[in-house]
Amino acid sequence: MMVVTVGSAIVALEAEEIVYGAIGLAGSLFGVATLFFFLNAPYVAVFQIAVYIGAVAVLILFTVMLVRQEKWAKEVKPKSLTTVAGVLTGLAITVAIALAVFAANISSFVNLNNSATFVDIGTLISTSDSPVLELLALVLAASVVAALTLSKVERREEQA
Amino acid sequence: MNSLGDFVLVSAMLFGIGIYGLVTKRNALRLLFAVEIMINAANLNFVAFGQYAPFASGTATVSNALGQTFVLFSIALAAAEAAVILAIVVVAYRLHKDVDVSELKSLGG
Repeated sequence: MMVVTVGSAIVALEAEEIVYGAIGLAGSLFGVATLFFFLNAPYVAVFQIAVYIGAVAVLILFTVMLVRQEKWAKEVKPKSLTTVAGVLTGLAITVAIALAVFAANISSFVNLNNSATFVDIGTLISTSDSPVLELLALVLAASVVAALTLSKVERREEQA
Repeated sequence: MNSLGDFVLVSAMLFGIGIYGLVTKRNALRLLFAVEIMINAANLNFVAFGQYAPFASGTATVSNALGQTFVLFSIALAAAEAAVILAIVVVAYRLHKDVDVSELKSLGG
């Protein structure tokens, strides 16, 4: 699953056609969902599949199909210097995180082997985390309004 | 595929791939992909560190549920962010006929 997740993430960024990239992203998100299952978090895994693969990936696919144009469907390859810089930066950050985490002696951490139930999560969300939930609702409403406003601006520009 | 180190390693690799995408890509949609991959790396860390702990006490269930709750909020936020970015991409495409971020130089509506 580790290979599928990381491999799909690379495909998402490196596929020639952006449509295949979107499918690769969906594969990577699905891989992360299966890792959530391995971590005894089935509720989060199902939420991840429903929201990311069911909504975000499909939204991205539809956007790609709506605004698709040959010119950028097969995008210009970046300069080799940029590619080398990107690979080096990504590798450096990965190695730095891995070294830091393994130096922290995490092998002594034990698996708690107790899956949090729906009731545990629901209790937490509706009690101590309820202000966060309300804030999140406001942010979601604001994002919907923002997306609608953006489409209106665009129509005004077209009329002008 | 059982220890905490494995999950953290996958998470670090996903984060590195996301950074690579942010540095090299100029297509707005590819940048969105890279950001989504990095958000997923962070989410994986939250759940992994909620499940594994250096102790095994009576508060274990609470810490486990806390990590998962954080991730639920994070996923909802990421969905909102993706919707807004995609709306911006569609508008940029209609106005400039391009989604290359190095070509989009005007911020004035």
